[in-house]
Amino acid sequence: MTQSLQQGLSHSGLSATRAGLRRLWRRYPLSLIGGFVLISLTVLSVLAPWLAPFDPFEMNVVDRLREPGEEYFFGTDAYGRDLFSRTLYGGRISLLIGLSVAGLSTLIGLLIGILAGYSRSADAVLMRIMDGLMAIPGILLAIALMSLARPGIGVVVVAITIPEIPRVVRLVRAVVLSVREQVYIQAAIATGTRLPRLMLKHILPNTLAPLIVQATYIAASAVLIESYLSFLGVGTPPEVPSWGNIIAEGRLYVQIAPWNIVCPSVFLALMVLSINMLGDGLRDMLDPRLQTRVR
Amino acid sequence: MLAYVIKRILSTLPVLGVVAIVVFLLLRLSPGDPAAIIAGDNASANDILQIREQLGLDRPYLEQFFGWIGQLITGDFGYSIYLKRPVLQLIGERVEPTLALSLSTMAFAIVLAVPLGVLAAWRAGTWIDQTIMAFAVMAFSVPVFLIGYGLVIQFSLTLNWLPVQGFVSIHKSVGDFIRHLVLPTMTLGLVYTALLARITRATMLEILNEDYIRTARAKGLTESRVLVLHALKNASVPIITTIGTGLALLIGGVVVTESVFAIPGIGRLTIEAVLQRDYPVIQGVILVIASVYVVVNLLIDLSYSLFDPRIRF
Repeated sequence: MTQSLQQGLSHSGLSATRAGLRRLWRRYPLSLIGGFVLISLTVLSVLAPWLAPFDPFEMNVVDRLREPGEEYFFGTDAYGRDLFSRTLYGGRISLLIGLSVAGLSTLIGLLIGILAGYSRSADAVLMRIMDGLMAIPGILLAIALMSLARPGIGVVVVAITIPEIPRVVRLVRAVVLSVREQVYIQAAIATGTRLPRLMLKHILPNTLAPLIVQATYIAASAVLIESYLSFLGVGTPPEVPSWGNIIAEGRLYVQIAPWNIVCPSVFLALMVLSINMLGDGLRDMLDPRLQTRVR
Repeated sequence: MLAYVIKRILSTLPVLGVVAIVVFLLLRLSPGDPAAIIAGDNASANDILQIREQLGLDRPYLEQFFGWIGQLITGDFGYSIYLKRPVLQLIGERVEPTLALSLSTMAFAIVLAVPLGVLAAWRAGTWIDQTIMAFAVMAFSVPVFLIGYGLVIQFSLTLNWLPVQGFVSIHKSVGDFIRHLVLPTMTLGLVYTALLARITRATMLEILNEDYIRTARAKGLTESRVLVLHALKNASVPIITTIGTGLALLIGGVVVTESVFAIPGIGRLTIEAVLQRDYPVIQGVILVIASVYVVVNLLIDLSYSLFDPRIRF
């Protein structure tokens, strides 16, 4: 009897999930597609060591610049390396950089933003610094930062993170400023809630929804900027098979072997597009104002 | 009005000050000896010493900073370590391609994005809207080099209509100047179009729900008059603001596009400077571009009252 009850429960749970998915599909078809593409790309990248048919570093001069075909799905590069394997491995680097930059910049931006939103004296100084940072185009600042240390994935993460921080700070500060005027915050202060608790219990949860949306956009932009930096020759070290590096090497052969550029670029575009689509969906889902608006 | 203008102009000073401090600290806060970084891996101890003295890196930070600011104010941006020429002169030589590409991209994007955004908002929720917005998300996500090389393969290599790469000064030949700009402009313009179309649609959507739009329609005005004269005019302030703040994105895109099309502009200059660790050039480029950004956004701020008479200072 317990068994049949459990089966019934799990069955109703399953159909509820299915109904939920169907509802999601009707309202946010693009986000679901985005999520699906992103998960597929993530699985492909994470499983690259098992899925890749060839060693991404193995050179094979006889097979250089082969067209895409049965043996080499995406063809080969000028050193005869398998582009499909290299593209799969490149996805790992893009994912790593996208996630690290999104995590780091939201964390640092959150701390600075809360400080700026809460303390008026700190606000004036911090926001001037953020204004100044925002006046420098992100890619330019990242390029300049890249020149300071030996190229490495960590340096790339830092160089992309710093220009992203001001946007997070502005967002968090705006939320904190509007929340601290709310009656329930005033009430919490009046009943003697201490500052750390006030932040953790009342202010932080309010920043969460916009931060998640912002973090997805930052991840998408970080993936794109990493590829630009590598393409320009100032990103990940040239021996790392990141998408930007593969494309940068392929540009020399654009006339005779365009697949060197097209294959990794399409993967790159798909990843950025899927993250952005997911972000748009999350924004609509988490913003109650958009739900009531006439579409 | 005058008081506001003066106040607004003064408010740019702290921003420029922060930019200067960031640029100054960039080199000094780097791990390791700045002189050794500039000198590169194969430098001798003597080379490093010489660079340290040449750039005044052996003096106290505050003295260095104010000395440097003093030089900047007199228009002395220093000398390139590698090319041994004034930084401002180097930037000046590279301005034309960058300015041409930026302006043509902006014009292309505005001409394309504003009608698309208006159309999407007007037909909100229909397949027209969804198609335009899907295009916008895509153009925003596709890397510049995929669009760029795609256009090159199609229009230069296959159809042979346009040059693959390079730049010709407008003083040499206007026709060649334009022909070389077409593909880079389309490449970069698509990204910028996506940004502007999204903001145009969002702003127009809000305005089309306003009472005065209903009144205008009730008066029996034609739909195009309502859209352009009543709605778009009121949407112009957010759109123009986005053009200004989008300048940072545009300049970032220019750097990459110049590299795809081998255009000898400021973007190429920056990359060359970074690869050669030519610090005075990197600093000069960042200062000049950040100043342009600040000044353009200042002008846009001041122009609001022209577009929207409700805004009075």
